[in-house]
Amino acid sequence: MRGASVIVIGAGVTGLSSAWWLARSGADVLVIDKGIVGWEASGRNGGGASHYHSPLFHEEQRLWPQMDELLGYTTEYRRERVIFATTEHHLDNYRRMAEICRGLGYRVDDLDPAQVRGFVPLAGDNVTGGIHLRFGGQANPQRTVQAYAWALQDLGGRIAQHTPALRILTEGDRVSGVETSQGVLGCDHLVVAAGPQAEALLAPIGLRLPLAPSRAEMIVTEPAPLMPVGGADGNGLYGRQTLRGNLAYGGGPHEWLEVDALGPRRRPSTPVLRNLARRVAELLPRGAHLRVIRSWAGVVENTPDGRPVLDRPADPGNLTVATMSGVGFGLSPATGHAVRDLVMDGKCSFADLGKLTLARFKDTPLDWRERQGWLPTTHEEALAAMAV
Amino acid sequence: MSAQRGFDRISQAGKVPPPDERVQILVVGGGIAGASAAIAAAKAGASVMLVDENPVGPGLMGLDTPLYFGGRYSNAVQAQGRMVEQILASNPLLEAAFEAGVDVRLGVYVWGAFTPGWGLASLPGAIAGLADEERAWTVGFERLILATGARDVAFAFQGWDQPGVMGARAFQALTGRYDAFSGRRLVILGTGELAIQTARTALAGGFEVAALIDVSEAFQGPSSAAAELRAVGVEILLGQIPVGGPGGVEGVEGLAFRDLASGATRTFACDTVIEAISLTPVVELLDVLGGAIAPAPLFGGHAPVSPDGTATSLANVFIAGDVVGTPGGVGMDEDAARVSGHRAAQAALVSLGHDVTLDPALAHEPGFDALAYQMTWARALMAEPDVIICQCEEVTRADLVAVKPPTYLGPPSPAQARRDLASLLEDGPPNQDQIKRLTRACMGPCQARRCREQVALTLACASNAAPTDVPLAGYRAPVRALPLKVLAAWDESPEIARYWDVWMGIPGQWTPYDDIGTEREALSAGILGEGGHA
Repeated sequence: MRGASVIVIGAGVTGLSSAWWLARSGADVLVIDKGIVGWEASGRNGGGASHYHSPLFHEEQRLWPQMDELLGYTTEYRRERVIFATTEHHLDNYRRMAEICRGLGYRVDDLDPAQVRGFVPLAGDNVTGGIHLRFGGQANPQRTVQAYAWALQDLGGRIAQHTPALRILTEGDRVSGVETSQGVLGCDHLVVAAGPQAEALLAPIGLRLPLAPSRAEMIVTEPAPLMPVGGADGNGLYGRQTLRGNLAYGGGPHEWLEVDALGPRRRPSTPVLRNLARRVAELLPRGAHLRVIRSWAGVVENTPDGRPVLDRPADPGNLTVATMSGVGFGLSPATGHAVRDLVMDGKCSFADLGKLTLARFKDTPLDWRERQGWLPTTHEEALAAMAV
Repeated sequence: MSAQRGFDRISQAGKVPPPDERVQILVVGGGIAGASAAIAAAKAGASVMLVDENPVGPGLMGLDTPLYFGGRYSNAVQAQGRMVEQILASNPLLEAAFEAGVDVRLGVYVWGAFTPGWGLASLPGAIAGLADEERAWTVGFERLILATGARDVAFAFQGWDQPGVMGARAFQALTGRYDAFSGRRLVILGTGELAIQTARTALAGGFEVAALIDVSEAFQGPSSAAAELRAVGVEILLGQIPVGGPGGVEGVEGLAFRDLASGATRTFACDTVIEAISLTPVVELLDVLGGAIAPAPLFGGHAPVSPDGTATSLANVFIAGDVVGTPGGVGMDEDAARVSGHRAAQAALVSLGHDVTLDPALAHEPGFDALAYQMTWARALMAEPDVIICQCEEVTRADLVAVKPPTYLGPPSPAQARRDLASLLEDGPPNQDQIKRLTRACMGPCQARRCREQVALTLACASNAAPTDVPLAGYRAPVRALPLKVLAAWDESPEIARYWDVWMGIPGQWTPYDDIGTEREALSAGILGEGGHA
């Protein structure tokens, strides 16, 4: 295998979108991954695309409606979202979220309970109200990651699956390539979008990216008749009705993990899937008879403040770091664009990324995970801590 | 350097409630092996719970879970009370287990099992998830013996989605354990030991057996068995491929098949077609637990990795009976199942500190290569591309090989139309879970109980790969499809409710970007709190 002008480590949604954007600009790109495309959290998430908190939000909203056409493959993207509540407390939260979105220039309608049930017929008499985002929406993560991969290949980009990156190689103050299981691959620029494995890859070249991996869980039911708005969630859940009709929802307690260089050993579900089932049954009581057919879990990386790193540090000058801190799927069309800009132009053309640099962690204590309680914790340790 | 260790109250640590019940040894599966294990463990003084899902509710039977029933059961299965009596009558060991002090639970599903380990530090011990038709609950265990048996490997042919096409193990269950088989006249697919056993069972039960049919040119069992069956009027047809047949509202009314050499077709009148090609071990709970499973061609597919046919890669989980492996694609006989059950109980007891010795293992007949025989069928049926292979999601064999998106997404884009299995294979060996996500084959309500093995075999055929090179499509909890309202934790702990968060609960994660570093930062963190993830 030969190297490339730009090598991207990680065939998750962030790495694939970055590579696709780079290939669109004519770059010779190679994506390497320890496994297959989109296999980790990129293909296992809720598919939401309404991230009003992000500097990439406007670009996210601009791009999603065009993505099927730009990629040449369907992502199952559907615009709009109804978020509704069964308690006053949640409804207050959602109304405040609506205010923020309106402040950013996007239309959000307040819904009364009857209107919610009109859009979401599986909702019940327990609805207190909701909001209707006239933007945002959701896509199918599994189909989208493959769409990025195929679209990249259609532009001449290459993907090397089952090729873990072992070490970043430097010459002087430049990155020269990557040592992989398939040998050394040279490059002019390196993008590290390696999810939980990024910290260990970057440390030997003197770049500190503090990350803590965690697991999130989802459940899915058998199909139900399609609702007018499939992107319907609330009650502490994120998720959607798929275009096939299945209800797929996640949320609730996560677990902190240790992940080594080859990635998560397993992606187990836990008995918490019963708590998810309860919340879906509360959110959509007219669907409470639907059978849960499967659960799954994804492992994501989290930075200490939960915010992304999109940065091309001064030293070495030919490396770009991209982690979305566990919130990468929906923003991926815009993230890829931003990474393309950083690699090709040294600067993002459409958003200020100044608050998403690595430098913000220079004073993060080495034992930050312990201090934040972000380490694997046994039941007994937890009971002791809860008693304090 | 260590500061005080923090604690993340939003995390799962400390939140998984203690199990509703506890037992020392939990045995899953009340067949000969499981019941023998439970009795042996109880007699040694252990506290034992034996859980068996039979009688299975009609809803799951309709999804061909746990066995490939093919709709050929009578209305008797609706009467759960009578079914419990029938199941007790069919296996005297269950009565003996009651008498030995085993806590026997019939009609109870085990939908999941979880043991502390990598990624599951937070569990309060090893837990199994149980459910009946009304509610779900949990039981804590010290040792788990999986005696979950074997399932049929099914193959799709034209018309196999009609009522009346079923598996040999399901036929055995409906004629034996349930006494609720509604067919009369059978055609059996396969000519190996499993097919021969099935024919003998059927004839002994007073059913008609019209024929045994094989795609292979060679009768797979001993020639004496062929002679024995022919002598009672059973036709044996070799080098034939099933191609459909007449059907009506009651399902199958006949089976047509085509001679692979001459192309001539012929139809047998029958109301039931029994696929008796191969069994495969039921490894779903072991997979959910994270136990090691590997391709085992002589054992009929994927089987638990075990040094002695009793232990697994998990120190607290043991195996007994057909889940250990189905040599030659056939189940254990009663003696072997009893020995296997006793050994599992003994090994579990030893691991709990009891001073017992394991009985010697029965020598395994090597049997023939059941996976190779499955491949023979899979290869022959590649000649029938337009047959639905995944009944739930209506994916044909051709759709699978073309990696075709489901029809509800409309016509494929020009770029999509150029993609197929071959273009995925350029990037690596076939991966069933990846192809499943694109075609939806195996993603329906039955969770691939009917198509998991044949989809893997088809991918192997279409990519010229060995079947052992296609990774097992993963199982996930709940391994029994249960309604949301049944699975739900209606009695959830206040800790879970109080600290529930849509995502990781990281302060400031959803702070609008422009507010970061301004005086509005604290404000927006305060107002958003839980639930800001969109």
